[in-house]
Amino acid sequence: MDNIIEVKNVTYEYSTDQEIHTAVNDVSFGIERGSFTVILGHNGSGKSTLAKMLNGLYKPTGGDVFVDGINTKDEKEEIEVKRKVGMVFQNPDNQLVASIVEEDVAFGPENLGLQPEVIRKRVDDALKSVGMYEFRESTPHHLSGGQKQRIAIAGIIAMEPECLILDEPTAMLDPVGRREIVDTLHRLNKEKGITVVLITHYMEEAEKADRVMVMNDGVIIDDNTPKEIFKNVEQLKAVGLSVPQTTELLYALKQNGFNINTDVLSIEETAVAIAKSLEEK
Amino acid sequence: MLKDITFGQYIETRSPIHKADPRVKMILLIVAIVFIFLSKNFFALGVSVLLVLTVMTASKVPFKMYFKNLKAVLPIILVTSLINMFYGDEANGVLLSFWKITITYDGLSRAMFMALRIILLIIVSSTLTYTTTPNDLTDGIESLLSPLRFIGLKSAVHMLALMMTIALRFIPTLVEEAGKIMNAQKARGADLENGKLKDRIKALIPILIPLLLSSVRRAYELAEAMECRCYNGGEGKTRMKQLKVTAVDYVLSLVSLLFGAGIILCNIFL
Repeated sequence: MDNIIEVKNVTYEYSTDQEIHTAVNDVSFGIERGSFTVILGHNGSGKSTLAKMLNGLYKPTGGDVFVDGINTKDEKEEIEVKRKVGMVFQNPDNQLVASIVEEDVAFGPENLGLQPEVIRKRVDDALKSVGMYEFRESTPHHLSGGQKQRIAIAGIIAMEPECLILDEPTAMLDPVGRREIVDTLHRLNKEKGITVVLITHYMEEAEKADRVMVMNDGVIIDDNTPKEIFKNVEQLKAVGLSVPQTTELLYALKQNGFNINTDVLSIEETAVAIAKSLEEK
Repeated sequence: MLKDITFGQYIETRSPIHKADPRVKMILLIVAIVFIFLSKNFFALGVSVLLVLTVMTASKVPFKMYFKNLKAVLPIILVTSLINMFYGDEANGVLLSFWKITITYDGLSRAMFMALRIILLIIVSSTLTYTTTPNDLTDGIESLLSPLRFIGLKSAVHMLALMMTIALRFIPTLVEEAGKIMNAQKARGADLENGKLKDRIKALIPILIPLLLSSVRRAYELAEAMECRCYNGGEGKTRMKQLKVTAVDYVLSLVSLLFGAGIILCNIFL
Protein backbone atom coordinates (compact mmCIF):
# COMPACT_ATOMS: atom_id res chain seq x y z
CA MET A 1 0.00 0.00 0.00
CA ASP A 2 1.33 3.42 -1.00
CA ASN A 3 0.85 5.99 1.73
CA ILE A 4 1.25 9.74 1.14
CA ILE A 5 1.12 10.46 4.88
CA GLU A 6 2.47 8.17 7.58
CA VAL A 7 1.65 8.96 11.22
CA LYS A 8 3.76 7.01 13.72
CA ASN A 9 3.01 7.00 17.47
CA VAL A 10 2.23 10.70 17.39
CA THR A 11 1.55 12.57 20.62
CA TYR A 12 0.92 16.31 21.04
CA GLU A 13 1.13 17.87 24.46
CA TYR A 14 0.74 21.49 25.42
CA SER A 15 0.94 23.12 28.79
CA THR A 16 -1.22 25.82 30.29
CA ASP A 17 -0.48 27.51 33.61
CA GLN A 18 -0.63 24.50 35.84
CA GLU A 19 -1.18 21.34 33.88
CA ILE A 20 -0.09 19.51 30.78
CA HIS A 21 -2.83 18.64 28.30
CA THR A 22 -2.52 15.80 25.82
CA ALA A 23 -4.42 16.82 22.69
CA VAL A 24 -3.32 13.79 20.66
CA ASN A 25 -2.21 10.61 22.41
CA ASP A 26 -0.04 7.99 20.66
CA VAL A 27 -1.87 7.87 17.34
CA SER A 28 -0.65 5.85 14.33
CA PHE A 29 -2.15 5.51 10.87
CA GLY A 30 -1.39 5.97 7.19
CA ILE A 31 -3.28 7.92 4.51
CA GLU A 32 -3.36 6.05 1.21
CA ARG A 33 -2.53 8.04 -1.93
CA GLY A 34 -5.67 9.01 -3.84
CA SER A 35 -8.06 8.12 -1.01
CA PHE A 36 -10.84 10.19 0.58
CA THR A 37 -10.64 10.00 4.36
CA VAL A 38 -12.91 11.66 6.89
CA ILE A 39 -11.83 12.23 10.48
CA LEU A 40 -14.85 12.66 12.75
CA GLY A 41 -14.84 14.02 16.24
CA HIS A 42 -16.64 16.51 18.45
CA ASN A 43 -15.06 19.79 19.59
CA GLY A 44 -11.96 19.22 21.69
CA SER A 45 -11.40 15.66 20.48
CA GLY A 46 -7.95 16.62 19.18
CA LYS A 47 -8.87 16.40 15.50
CA SER A 48 -7.75 19.93 14.62
CA THR A 49 -4.41 19.48 16.36
CA LEU A 50 -3.93 16.21 14.51
CA ALA A 51 -4.76 17.93 11.21
CA LYS A 52 -2.21 20.69 11.79
CA MET A 53 0.47 18.06 12.41
CA LEU A 54 -0.17 16.40 9.03
CA ASN A 55 1.51 19.24 7.10
CA GLY A 56 4.06 20.27 9.68
CA LEU A 57 2.27 23.39 10.93
CA TYR A 58 2.49 21.82 14.39
CA LYS A 59 5.38 19.48 15.18
CA PRO A 60 4.48 16.38 17.22
CA THR A 61 5.91 16.39 20.76
CA GLY A 62 6.27 12.62 20.50
CA GLY A 63 6.51 10.33 17.48
CA ASP A 64 6.89 11.35 13.82
CA VAL A 65 4.79 12.35 10.82
CA PHE A 66 6.14 11.48 7.36
CA VAL A 67 4.88 13.17 4.19
CA ASP A 68 5.96 11.24 1.11
CA GLY A 69 8.85 9.90 3.18
CA ILE A 70 9.93 13.33 4.53
CA ASN A 71 9.82 13.86 8.28
CA THR A 72 7.83 17.05 9.03
CA LYS A 73 10.42 17.90 11.70
CA ASP A 74 13.04 18.39 8.96
CA GLU A 75 13.29 22.20 8.78
CA LYS A 76 15.02 22.22 5.41
CA GLU A 77 12.01 20.51 3.83
CA GLU A 78 9.40 22.72 5.53
CA ILE A 79 8.24 24.46 2.32
CA GLU A 80 8.25 21.20 0.34
CA VAL A 81 6.04 19.49 2.93
CA LYS A 82 3.57 22.40 2.85
CA ARG A 83 3.51 22.29 -0.95
CA LYS A 84 2.81 18.56 -1.01
CA VAL A 85 0.14 18.75 1.69
CA GLY A 86 -2.13 21.77 1.38
CA MET A 87 -4.43 22.88 4.16
CA VAL A 88 -7.77 24.68 4.24
CA PHE A 89 -9.16 26.13 7.48
CA GLN A 90 -12.54 26.82 8.98
CA ASN A 91 -12.98 30.55 8.39
CA PRO A 92 -12.62 31.51 4.72
CA ASP A 93 -12.34 35.21 5.64
CA ASN A 94 -9.12 34.62 7.55
CA GLN A 95 -7.40 32.68 4.76
CA LEU A 96 -7.72 35.05 1.83
CA VAL A 97 -4.82 37.45 1.43
CA ALA A 98 -5.67 39.63 -1.58
CA SER A 99 -8.82 41.56 -2.42
CA ILE A 100 -9.13 40.22 -5.98
CA VAL A 101 -10.01 36.51 -6.38
CA GLU A 102 -7.37 35.62 -8.96
CA GLU A 103 -4.65 37.55 -7.12
CA ASP A 104 -5.44 35.62 -3.97
CA VAL A 105 -5.25 32.27 -5.76
CA ALA A 106 -1.90 33.37 -7.21
CA PHE A 107 -0.44 33.95 -3.73
CA GLY A 108 0.75 30.34 -3.23
CA PRO A 109 2.32 29.85 -6.69
CA GLU A 110 3.96 33.31 -6.40
CA ASN A 111 5.57 32.21 -3.14
CA LEU A 112 6.90 29.13 -4.94
CA GLY A 113 8.71 31.48 -7.34
CA LEU A 114 7.05 30.21 -10.54
CA GLN A 115 7.10 32.10 -13.84
CA PRO A 116 4.19 34.55 -14.48
CA GLU A 117 2.77 32.46 -17.39
CA VAL A 118 2.87 29.27 -15.31
CA ILE A 119 1.13 31.03 -12.42
CA ARG A 120 -1.55 32.40 -14.79
CA LYS A 121 -2.30 28.90 -16.10
CA ARG A 122 -2.37 27.33 -12.64
CA VAL A 123 -4.67 30.06 -11.30
CA ASP A 124 -7.10 29.62 -14.21
CA ASP A 125 -7.05 25.82 -13.88
CA ALA A 126 -7.53 25.94 -10.10
CA LEU A 127 -10.46 28.36 -10.37
CA LYS A 128 -12.09 26.22 -13.06
CA SER A 129 -11.70 23.05 -10.99
CA VAL A 130 -13.66 24.60 -8.10
CA GLY A 131 -16.18 26.23 -10.46
CA MET A 132 -15.24 29.83 -9.61
CA TYR A 133 -13.56 30.85 -12.88
CA GLU A 134 -16.22 33.42 -13.80
CA PHE A 135 -15.62 35.20 -10.47
CA ARG A 136 -11.86 35.58 -11.04
CA GLU A 137 -11.99 39.37 -11.06
CA SER A 138 -14.48 39.81 -8.22
CA THR A 139 -13.82 40.88 -4.66
CA PRO A 140 -14.08 37.98 -2.17
CA HIS A 141 -15.99 40.28 0.19
CA HIS A 142 -19.01 40.21 -2.13
CA LEU A 143 -19.19 36.41 -2.37
CA SER A 144 -21.01 33.86 -0.20
CA GLY A 145 -19.23 31.81 2.46
CA GLY A 146 -19.28 28.69 0.27
CA GLN A 147 -17.82 30.60 -2.67
CA LYS A 148 -15.09 32.12 -0.49
CA GLN A 149 -14.20 28.69 0.84
CA ARG A 150 -13.98 27.35 -2.74
CA ILE A 151 -11.54 30.18 -3.52
CA ALA A 152 -9.50 29.19 -0.48
CA ILE A 153 -9.43 25.63 -1.86
CA ALA A 154 -8.42 26.95 -5.30
CA GLY A 155 -5.58 28.86 -3.63
CA ILE A 156 -4.24 25.55 -2.34
CA ILE A 157 -4.94 23.57 -5.53
CA ALA A 158 -2.92 26.14 -7.51
CA MET A 159 0.20 24.92 -5.68
CA GLU A 160 -0.57 21.45 -7.12
CA PRO A 161 -0.43 19.57 -3.81
CA GLU A 162 -0.72 15.80 -3.64
CA CYS A 163 -2.89 15.87 -0.57
CA LEU A 164 -5.53 18.29 0.66
CA ILE A 165 -6.35 18.57 4.37
CA LEU A 166 -9.45 20.47 5.38
CA ASP A 167 -9.99 21.42 9.00
CA GLU A 168 -13.76 21.82 9.43
CA PRO A 169 -14.12 23.74 6.16
CA THR A 170 -17.92 23.72 6.39
CA ALA A 171 -18.40 24.67 10.04
CA MET A 172 -19.22 28.31 9.24
CA LEU A 173 -21.31 27.66 6.14
CA ASP A 174 -25.03 27.23 5.48
CA PRO A 175 -26.31 23.87 4.16
CA VAL A 176 -26.03 25.00 0.51
CA GLY A 177 -22.42 26.09 1.02
CA ARG A 178 -21.65 22.81 2.79
CA ARG A 179 -23.02 20.79 -0.12
CA GLU A 180 -20.91 22.87 -2.58
CA ILE A 181 -17.72 22.21 -0.66
CA VAL A 182 -18.25 18.46 -0.19
CA ASP A 183 -19.17 18.03 -3.88
CA THR A 184 -16.10 20.04 -4.92
CA LEU A 185 -13.86 17.86 -2.75
CA HIS A 186 -15.23 14.62 -4.23
CA ARG A 187 -14.77 15.98 -7.74
CA LEU A 188 -11.16 17.00 -7.05
CA ASN A 189 -10.54 13.56 -5.53
CA LYS A 190 -11.97 11.70 -8.54
CA GLU A 191 -10.86 13.92 -11.42
CA LYS A 192 -7.47 15.10 -10.24
CA GLY A 193 -6.64 12.16 -8.00
CA ILE A 194 -5.89 14.47 -5.06
CA THR A 195 -5.82 12.72 -1.70
CA VAL A 196 -8.41 14.32 0.59
CA VAL A 197 -8.47 14.31 4.38
CA LEU A 198 -11.63 16.01 5.62
CA ILE A 199 -11.93 16.83 9.30
CA THR A 200 -15.48 17.50 10.40
CA HIS A 201 -18.17 16.90 12.96
CA TYR A 202 -20.93 16.60 10.38
CA MET A 203 -21.72 12.91 9.84
CA GLU A 204 -23.42 13.42 6.48
CA GLU A 205 -20.12 14.58 5.00
CA ALA A 206 -18.63 11.17 5.73
CA GLU A 207 -21.23 9.22 3.72
CA LYS A 208 -19.30 9.01 0.46
CA ALA A 209 -15.80 8.74 1.93
CA ASP A 210 -13.53 5.71 1.41
CA ARG A 211 -12.63 5.61 5.06
CA VAL A 212 -13.80 7.17 8.31
CA MET A 213 -11.78 7.61 11.48
CA VAL A 214 -13.53 8.57 14.71
CA MET A 215 -11.54 10.56 17.26
CA ASN A 216 -12.28 11.06 20.92
CA ASP A 217 -10.06 12.38 23.71
CA GLY A 218 -6.98 12.42 21.50
CA VAL A 219 -7.18 8.81 20.33
CA ILE A 220 -8.70 7.14 17.28
CA ILE A 221 -11.47 4.92 18.57
CA ASP A 222 -12.70 3.58 15.24
CA ASP A 223 -11.29 3.33 11.72
CA ASN A 224 -13.42 1.74 9.00
CA THR A 225 -15.67 2.27 5.97
CA PRO A 226 -18.58 4.70 6.54
CA LYS A 227 -21.18 1.92 6.50
CA GLU A 228 -19.40 -0.08 9.20
CA ILE A 229 -18.83 3.05 11.28
CA PHE A 230 -22.46 4.09 11.26
CA LYS A 231 -23.57 0.64 12.41
CA ASN A 232 -22.15 1.52 15.82
CA VAL A 233 -24.83 4.06 16.59
CA GLU A 234 -24.42 3.70 20.35
CA GLN A 235 -20.67 4.27 20.23
CA LEU A 236 -21.01 7.39 18.05
CA LYS A 237 -23.62 8.82 20.35
CA ALA A 238 -21.39 8.07 23.35
CA VAL A 239 -18.62 10.30 21.95
CA GLY A 240 -20.99 13.18 21.29
CA LEU A 241 -21.57 12.67 17.54
CA SER A 242 -24.96 12.46 15.95
CA VAL A 243 -25.54 9.82 13.28
CA PRO A 244 -27.17 10.68 9.93
CA GLN A 245 -30.96 10.90 10.17
CA THR A 246 -31.40 7.90 7.86
CA THR A 247 -29.21 5.70 10.07
CA GLU A 248 -31.01 6.91 13.15
CA LEU A 249 -34.40 6.04 11.61
CA LEU A 250 -33.34 2.55 10.48
CA TYR A 251 -31.73 1.87 13.83
CA ALA A 252 -34.91 2.87 15.69
CA LEU A 253 -37.06 0.72 13.39
CA LYS A 254 -34.84 -2.30 13.98
CA GLN A 255 -34.92 -1.84 17.73
CA ASN A 256 -38.70 -1.83 17.56
CA GLY A 257 -38.88 -5.23 15.92
CA PHE A 258 -38.64 -4.50 12.19
CA ASN A 259 -36.50 -6.89 10.20
CA ILE A 260 -34.64 -4.22 8.32
CA ASN A 261 -31.30 -3.76 6.59
CA THR A 262 -29.40 -1.01 8.48
CA ASP A 263 -26.47 -1.26 6.11
CA VAL A 264 -27.47 1.74 3.95
CA LEU A 265 -26.84 5.49 4.16
CA SER A 266 -28.47 7.50 1.38
CA ILE A 267 -32.12 8.62 1.49
CA GLU A 268 -33.02 6.55 -1.60
CA GLU A 269 -31.45 3.36 -0.25
CA THR A 270 -33.21 3.93 3.05
CA ALA A 271 -36.57 4.29 1.34
CA VAL A 272 -35.99 1.02 -0.55
CA ALA A 273 -34.95 -0.77 2.66
CA ILE A 274 -38.07 0.41 4.51
CA ALA A 275 -40.33 -0.58 1.60
CA LYS A 276 -38.76 -4.03 1.48
CA SER A 277 -39.16 -4.51 5.20
CA LEU A 278 -42.84 -3.50 4.99
CA GLU A 279 -43.44 -6.00 2.15
CA GLU A 280 -42.01 -8.80 4.24
CA LYS A 281 -44.44 -8.08 7.08
CA MET B 1 -23.13 54.65 8.50
CA LEU B 2 -20.20 52.25 8.36
CA LYS B 3 -21.27 50.90 4.98
CA ASP B 4 -20.41 54.22 3.35
CA ILE B 5 -16.72 53.83 4.10
CA THR B 6 -14.99 52.87 0.89
CA PHE B 7 -11.30 52.97 0.38
CA GLY B 8 -9.68 54.29 -2.75
CA GLN B 9 -12.92 55.53 -4.37
CA TYR B 10 -12.14 53.68 -7.58
CA ILE B 11 -14.62 54.39 -10.39
CA GLU B 12 -14.58 52.03 -13.38
CA THR B 13 -15.15 53.82 -16.70
CA ARG B 14 -12.63 51.88 -18.81
CA SER B 15 -11.03 55.12 -19.99
CA PRO B 16 -7.48 55.26 -21.45
CA ILE B 17 -6.28 56.65 -18.12
CA HIS B 18 -7.62 53.55 -16.37
CA LYS B 19 -5.50 51.40 -18.65
CA ALA B 20 -2.29 53.31 -17.99
CA ASP B 21 0.47 51.85 -15.83
CA PRO B 22 -0.02 52.83 -12.15
CA ARG B 23 3.69 53.71 -11.85
CA VAL B 24 3.48 56.14 -14.77
CA LYS B 25 0.32 57.66 -13.31
CA MET B 26 1.96 58.16 -9.92
CA ILE B 27 5.05 59.80 -11.40
CA LEU B 28 2.93 62.02 -13.65
CA LEU B 29 0.83 63.04 -10.65
CA ILE B 30 3.96 64.25 -8.89
CA VAL B 31 5.07 66.04 -12.07
CA ALA B 32 1.66 67.71 -12.41
CA ILE B 33 1.74 68.84 -8.76
CA VAL B 34 5.17 70.36 -9.30
CA PHE B 35 3.95 72.20 -12.43
CA ILE B 36 0.89 73.55 -10.63
CA PHE B 37 3.14 74.87 -7.88
CA LEU B 38 5.51 76.34 -10.46
CA SER B 39 2.71 78.37 -12.08
CA LYS B 40 3.63 81.93 -11.13
CA ASN B 41 1.04 84.04 -12.95
CA PHE B 42 -2.59 83.66 -14.02
CA PHE B 43 -1.59 82.67 -17.57
CA ALA B 44 0.53 79.77 -16.32
CA LEU B 45 -2.24 78.78 -13.94
CA GLY B 46 -4.63 78.95 -16.92
CA VAL B 47 -2.51 76.32 -18.67
CA SER B 48 -2.64 74.21 -15.48
CA VAL B 49 -6.44 74.51 -15.53
CA LEU B 50 -6.44 73.26 -19.13
CA LEU B 51 -4.20 70.35 -18.13
CA VAL B 52 -6.51 69.38 -15.28
CA LEU B 53 -9.62 69.75 -17.48
CA THR B 54 -8.02 67.51 -20.13
CA VAL B 55 -7.25 64.84 -17.52
CA MET B 56 -10.76 65.09 -16.06
CA THR B 57 -12.35 64.66 -19.49
CA ALA B 58 -10.04 61.82 -20.50
CA SER B 59 -10.80 59.92 -17.26
CA LYS B 60 -14.51 59.83 -18.21
CA VAL B 61 -15.32 60.15 -14.51
CA PRO B 62 -18.39 62.41 -14.02
CA PHE B 63 -17.32 65.96 -13.06
CA LYS B 64 -19.64 65.95 -10.09
CA MET B 65 -17.52 63.20 -8.51
CA TYR B 66 -14.58 65.59 -8.53
CA PHE B 67 -16.62 68.40 -7.03
CA LYS B 68 -17.85 66.07 -4.30
CA ASN B 69 -14.22 65.73 -3.20
CA LEU B 70 -13.80 69.49 -3.19
CA LYS B 71 -16.73 70.01 -0.84
CA ALA B 72 -14.94 68.09 1.89
CA VAL B 73 -11.89 70.37 1.79
CA LEU B 74 -13.81 73.63 1.28
CA PRO B 75 -12.91 74.93 4.78
CA ILE B 76 -9.20 74.44 4.07
CA ILE B 77 -9.50 76.32 0.78
CA LEU B 78 -11.40 79.18 2.44
CA VAL B 79 -9.00 79.54 5.38
CA THR B 80 -5.89 79.44 3.18
CA SER B 81 -7.18 82.03 0.75
CA LEU B 82 -8.50 84.26 3.56
CA ILE B 83 -5.07 84.37 5.16
CA ASN B 84 -3.55 85.23 1.78
CA MET B 85 -6.01 88.05 1.34
CA PHE B 86 -4.40 90.11 4.14
CA TYR B 87 -0.93 89.95 2.71
CA GLY B 88 -0.66 92.24 -0.23
CA ASP B 89 1.26 95.21 -1.52
CA GLU B 90 -0.69 98.39 -0.72
CA ALA B 91 1.06 100.17 -3.57
CA ASN B 92 -1.30 98.50 -6.06
CA GLY B 93 -4.35 100.04 -4.48
CA VAL B 94 -6.46 99.31 -1.43
CA LEU B 95 -9.87 97.66 -1.85
CA LEU B 96 -11.19 98.43 1.60
CA SER B 97 -9.79 99.17 4.97
CA PHE B 98 -11.36 99.07 8.43
CA TRP B 99 -9.98 98.93 11.97
CA LYS B 100 -6.52 97.29 11.63
CA ILE B 101 -7.37 95.26 8.57
CA THR B 102 -6.64 96.33 5.02
CA ILE B 103 -7.58 94.30 1.98
CA THR B 104 -5.64 95.16 -1.13
CA TYR B 105 -6.32 94.25 -4.77
CA ASP B 106 -3.02 92.45 -4.66
CA GLY B 107 -4.17 90.39 -1.65
CA LEU B 108 -7.46 89.55 -3.33
CA SER B 109 -5.73 88.26 -6.44
CA ARG B 110 -3.34 86.23 -4.28
CA ALA B 111 -6.27 84.69 -2.44
CA MET B 112 -7.97 83.69 -5.70
CA PHE B 113 -4.71 82.36 -7.06
CA MET B 114 -4.19 80.23 -3.97
CA ALA B 115 -7.76 78.88 -3.96
CA LEU B 116 -7.51 77.89 -7.62
CA ARG B 117 -4.18 76.22 -7.02
CA ILE B 118 -5.52 74.08 -4.15
CA ILE B 119 -8.61 73.14 -6.17
CA LEU B 120 -6.39 71.99 -9.06
CA LEU B 121 -4.17 69.98 -6.72
CA ILE B 122 -7.12 68.19 -5.18
CA ILE B 123 -8.74 67.39 -8.51
CA VAL B 124 -5.56 66.08 -10.09
CA SER B 125 -4.84 63.92 -7.04
CA SER B 126 -8.31 62.42 -7.01
CA THR B 127 -7.84 61.41 -10.65
CA LEU B 128 -5.26 58.88 -9.47
CA THR B 129 -7.54 57.19 -6.93
CA TYR B 130 -10.56 57.36 -9.27
CA THR B 131 -8.75 55.62 -12.13
CA THR B 132 -6.47 53.16 -10.30
CA THR B 133 -7.61 50.16 -8.24
CA PRO B 134 -6.12 49.93 -4.74
CA ASN B 135 -4.33 46.75 -5.82
CA ASP B 136 -2.71 48.48 -8.78
CA LEU B 137 -1.67 51.32 -6.47
CA THR B 138 -0.02 48.82 -4.14
CA ASP B 139 1.78 47.11 -7.02
CA GLY B 140 2.88 50.49 -8.36
CA ILE B 141 4.23 51.64 -4.99
CA GLU B 142 6.10 48.36 -4.53
CA SER B 143 7.63 48.66 -7.98
CA LEU B 144 8.55 52.33 -7.57
CA LEU B 145 10.17 51.66 -4.20
CA SER B 146 12.04 48.60 -5.46
CA PRO B 147 15.32 50.53 -6.02
CA LEU B 148 15.51 50.64 -2.21
CA ARG B 149 16.67 47.02 -2.34
CA PHE B 150 20.09 48.30 -3.34
CA ILE B 151 20.49 49.86 0.08
CA GLY B 152 19.41 46.65 1.82
CA LEU B 153 15.72 47.46 2.26
CA LYS B 154 14.35 44.71 0.00
CA SER B 155 12.31 42.95 2.68
CA ALA B 156 11.06 46.32 3.95
CA VAL B 157 9.57 47.14 0.54
CA HIS B 158 8.04 43.69 0.29
CA MET B 159 6.56 43.96 3.80
CA LEU B 160 5.10 47.40 3.10
CA ALA B 161 3.38 46.09 -0.02
CA LEU B 162 2.08 43.01 1.82
CA MET B 163 0.80 45.15 4.68
CA MET B 164 -1.07 47.37 2.24
CA THR B 165 -2.55 44.36 0.43
CA ILE B 166 -3.74 42.76 3.67
CA ALA B 167 -5.07 46.05 5.03
CA LEU B 168 -7.09 46.61 1.85
CA ARG B 169 -8.35 43.04 1.97
CA PHE B 170 -9.50 43.30 5.61
CA ILE B 171 -11.08 46.77 5.62
CA PRO B 172 -14.51 45.51 4.46
CA THR B 173 -14.29 42.47 6.76
CA LEU B 174 -13.53 44.60 9.81
CA VAL B 175 -16.14 47.21 8.89
CA GLU B 176 -18.73 44.43 8.75
CA GLU B 177 -17.54 43.06 12.07
CA ALA B 178 -17.64 46.51 13.71
CA GLY B 179 -21.25 46.79 12.54
CA LYS B 180 -22.12 43.43 14.10
CA ILE B 181 -20.48 44.34 17.42
CA MET B 182 -22.28 47.71 17.46
CA ASN B 183 -25.61 45.99 16.93
CA ALA B 184 -24.81 43.48 19.66
CA GLN B 185 -23.98 46.25 22.11
CA LYS B 186 -27.06 48.23 21.10
CA ALA B 187 -29.16 45.14 21.74
CA ARG B 188 -27.77 45.17 25.29
CA GLY B 189 -28.85 48.75 25.76
CA ALA B 190 -25.70 50.64 24.76
CA ASP B 191 -26.48 54.19 23.65
CA LEU B 192 -24.07 55.20 20.92
CA GLU B 193 -25.82 58.23 19.45
CA ASN B 194 -26.91 60.39 22.37
CA GLY B 195 -25.26 62.02 25.33
CA LYS B 196 -22.24 64.21 25.84
CA LEU B 197 -19.10 63.77 23.77
CA LYS B 198 -17.36 62.19 26.75
CA ASP B 199 -20.14 59.63 27.16
CA ARG B 200 -20.15 58.82 23.46
CA ILE B 201 -16.41 58.22 23.49
CA LYS B 202 -16.84 56.00 26.55
CA ALA B 203 -19.55 54.05 24.73
CA LEU B 204 -17.05 53.22 21.98
CA ILE B 205 -14.79 51.24 24.31
CA PRO B 206 -17.05 48.14 24.41
CA ILE B 207 -16.93 48.19 20.59
CA LEU B 208 -13.23 48.76 20.12
CA ILE B 209 -12.03 46.08 22.54
CA PRO B 210 -13.88 43.14 20.95
CA LEU B 211 -12.88 44.45 17.52
CA LEU B 212 -9.23 44.58 18.55
CA LEU B 213 -9.36 41.09 20.08
CA SER B 214 -10.94 39.60 17.00
CA SER B 215 -8.38 41.33 14.76
CA VAL B 216 -5.57 39.71 16.72
CA ARG B 217 -7.26 36.32 16.36
CA ARG B 218 -7.75 36.88 12.64
CA ALA B 219 -4.11 37.89 12.25
CA TYR B 220 -3.03 34.68 13.94
CA GLU B 221 -5.21 32.53 11.70
CA LEU B 222 -4.13 34.42 8.58
CA ALA B 223 -0.47 33.88 9.49
CA GLU B 224 -1.07 30.12 9.75
CA ALA B 225 -2.93 30.09 6.43
CA MET B 226 -0.11 32.03 4.77
CA GLU B 227 2.42 29.60 6.15
CA CYS B 228 0.40 26.77 4.63
CA ARG B 229 0.65 28.57 1.29
CA CYS B 230 4.43 28.39 1.38
CA TYR B 231 4.94 32.02 2.41
CA ASN B 232 8.48 32.47 3.69
CA GLY B 233 8.95 36.22 3.95
CA GLY B 234 8.92 36.99 0.24
CA GLU B 235 12.23 35.28 -0.52
CA GLY B 236 12.28 34.31 -4.22
CA LYS B 237 8.67 35.43 -4.72
CA THR B 238 7.48 36.08 -8.27
CA ARG B 239 4.37 37.90 -9.48
CA MET B 240 1.56 36.73 -11.73
CA LYS B 241 0.70 40.23 -12.95
CA GLN B 242 3.60 42.16 -14.42
CA LEU B 243 3.27 45.91 -14.82
CA LYS B 244 3.86 47.03 -18.40
CA VAL B 245 4.41 50.47 -19.91
CA THR B 246 2.28 50.73 -23.09
CA ALA B 247 1.44 53.29 -25.78
CA VAL B 248 -1.16 54.93 -23.51
CA ASP B 249 1.57 55.74 -21.02
CA TYR B 250 3.74 57.41 -23.63
CA VAL B 251 0.84 59.54 -24.88
CA LEU B 252 -0.07 60.48 -21.31
CA SER B 253 3.52 61.47 -20.51
CA LEU B 254 3.85 63.47 -23.72
CA VAL B 255 0.61 65.41 -23.09
CA SER B 256 1.67 66.20 -19.51
CA LEU B 257 5.09 67.41 -20.61
CA LEU B 258 3.58 69.62 -23.34
CA PHE B 259 1.37 71.32 -20.76
CA GLY B 260 4.39 71.58 -18.46
CA ALA B 261 6.37 73.33 -21.22
CA GLY B 262 3.40 75.70 -21.69
CA ILE B 263 3.42 76.57 -17.99
CA ILE B 264 7.13 77.31 -17.99
CA LEU B 265 6.84 79.45 -21.14
CA CYS B 266 4.00 81.47 -19.58
CA ASN B 267 6.11 81.94 -16.45
CA ILE B 268 9.00 83.33 -18.45
CA PHE B 269 7.35 85.45 -21.14
CA LEU B 270 4.07 86.67 -19.66
